[in-house]
Amino acid sequence: MNPLVDWGDVFSFQDYGQLLALLSNSLIAGAVLGLVGGLISTFVMQRDLAFAVHGVSELSFAGAAAALLFGGSVVAGSIGGALIAAILIGVLGARARDRNSIVGVLMPFGLGLGILFLSLYQGRSANRFGLLTGQIVSVSSPDLGWLIGISVVVLAGLLLMWNPLRFDSLDPESAAARGVPTRVVSLAFMVLLGLIVAVSVHIIGALLVMALLVTPAAAAMRLSAGPVAVPVLAALFGFVSAVGGILLALAGTLPVSPYITTISFLIYGGCWIAQRIRTRVRRIG
Amino acid sequence: MSGGPQTTDAAPVLAIEGAALHRDGSELWSRLDLELQPGEFVAVLGPSGSGKTTLLRSILGLQQLSSGSIRVSGSAVQRGDSRIGYIPQQRPLPPDISLRARDLVALGVNGTRFGLPIPRRGDRERVDALLEGVGAAHYADRPVGLLSGGEQQRLRVGQALADRPALLLCDEPLSNLDLANQRGVTEIIDRERREHGTAVLFVTHDINPILDRVDRILYIAGGRFLLGTPEEVLQTHVLSRLYGTPVFVFRAGGRLVVVGVPDAETHHELDEEAATTATAILPGGRA
Repeated sequence: MNPLVDWGDVFSFQDYGQLLALLSNSLIAGAVLGLVGGLISTFVMQRDLAFAVHGVSELSFAGAAAALLFGGSVVAGSIGGALIAAILIGVLGARARDRNSIVGVLMPFGLGLGILFLSLYQGRSANRFGLLTGQIVSVSSPDLGWLIGISVVVLAGLLLMWNPLRFDSLDPESAAARGVPTRVVSLAFMVLLGLIVAVSVHIIGALLVMALLVTPAAAAMRLSAGPVAVPVLAALFGFVSAVGGILLALAGTLPVSPYITTISFLIYGGCWIAQRIRTRVRRIG
Repeated sequence: MSGGPQTTDAAPVLAIEGAALHRDGSELWSRLDLELQPGEFVAVLGPSGSGKTTLLRSILGLQQLSSGSIRVSGSAVQRGDSRIGYIPQQRPLPPDISLRARDLVALGVNGTRFGLPIPRRGDRERVDALLEGVGAAHYADRPVGLLSGGEQQRLRVGQALADRPALLLCDEPLSNLDLANQRGVTEIIDRERREHGTAVLFVTHDINPILDRVDRILYIAGGRFLLGTPEEVLQTHVLSRLYGTPVFVFRAGGRLVVVGVPDAETHHELDEEAATTATAILPGGRA
């Protein structure tokens, strides 16, 4: 009788060294995305954009699927879709309530459009689900270069507007009074968010981007409220999830994404338990 | 009344000339002239919707007056003018916000700086001094979400004073605070203007917490306004003329109540301050 799960599919370290060399570019892309995604997730949490991230990722998926169908660059397609969604949400959804309804409307539209394009697509079927659930292993080298480059651009943009963005995220009314150009900052942030979502779609898939763009900061905020500690921890958590997930995936024949999402989830669970223990100790002590 | 403006030959800290405000096509008020000297404390009173907050936002450069000019220390205002500090109304921050007390104050010091977020020399000392100044040093490292409304509001005052502004704009900074905290926050603002000559423009719907501190009152109502000392403005016949309907000013135990302000205009205040405003205690006091 065959077992339901062959653990050799999940973990097997044969030929690990050769595989690692083969996939070193994927690993670098994962590492950079993990770090930048973790950093940006602190602002996603502070600006209450978790749902928006999901909406942007579905339109990014639609853009990538369109590119696949019409023979364009899949990376460019995913960026196009993500930027359109991010800018729409940024312009029309300044207030949280408006934003949620816009995202709620965009998300199924994007997902439906993407599924339409994929079902019309006659090419390799492996590409189909890859966009939804991750396909880093099958991303071509030049495309990986693009993904790494875009992540670095997002990192630079984020660092250059770090303080005003933080002010606007945490205390928008005072930020406006003190002269932070809040509209420009918000829109610039949405553009950066769109770019990093597009990168994430290729690495862990449109359905799972939140594991790298929301969970790391959500976990970090359980441990600290410090202005340095939260982003540093979030970047670390993102890095560990992405790199750890890819390294583990190499040892099996399963896709990368479940490993990344599971590590990300376990980190969150650990932080949640740590917080509970700490508050209990404080209450007793 | 104590303190009083320091007379100086220099340009006034705030000079508003011929200001007018229109809303939805109709005029709210016009021909408003107001000058604030260094160290002067002026309260802005008036019912909701009379354009008090809009006046502050115009001074901040966030909104345009329909006409008129605003100058701060002799030059035109622009958005993000570091000569102006701003204290908003206390609204509780979310309990899980990732911000410690000192970080909220620090936003006033570094929050508008673009470029790599590298702390500058002296930032930390400045934040410590501001925390000390508003009596927040002992909770400087606690998460703001766990602090009381009064503690949070002191931090907002600290943030507003970060650049040692020449003009401090306060938009209902005492609402949602209990009496002890109202007194505490008022004292910090009052001390700042005494020690550093900061001019204070203070929008409020309840004059009592600041009655013994203010130099003058700007009272806006029904498209008109009055400007004068509290003794001049807060009189039964003066306010009745302003509102165009009989309004009564009573003094009791150092507190002052205005009764009979037309309902429609005070509707909003009923929700907010049901316990303290006389209009709430005696609704429909129209004679």
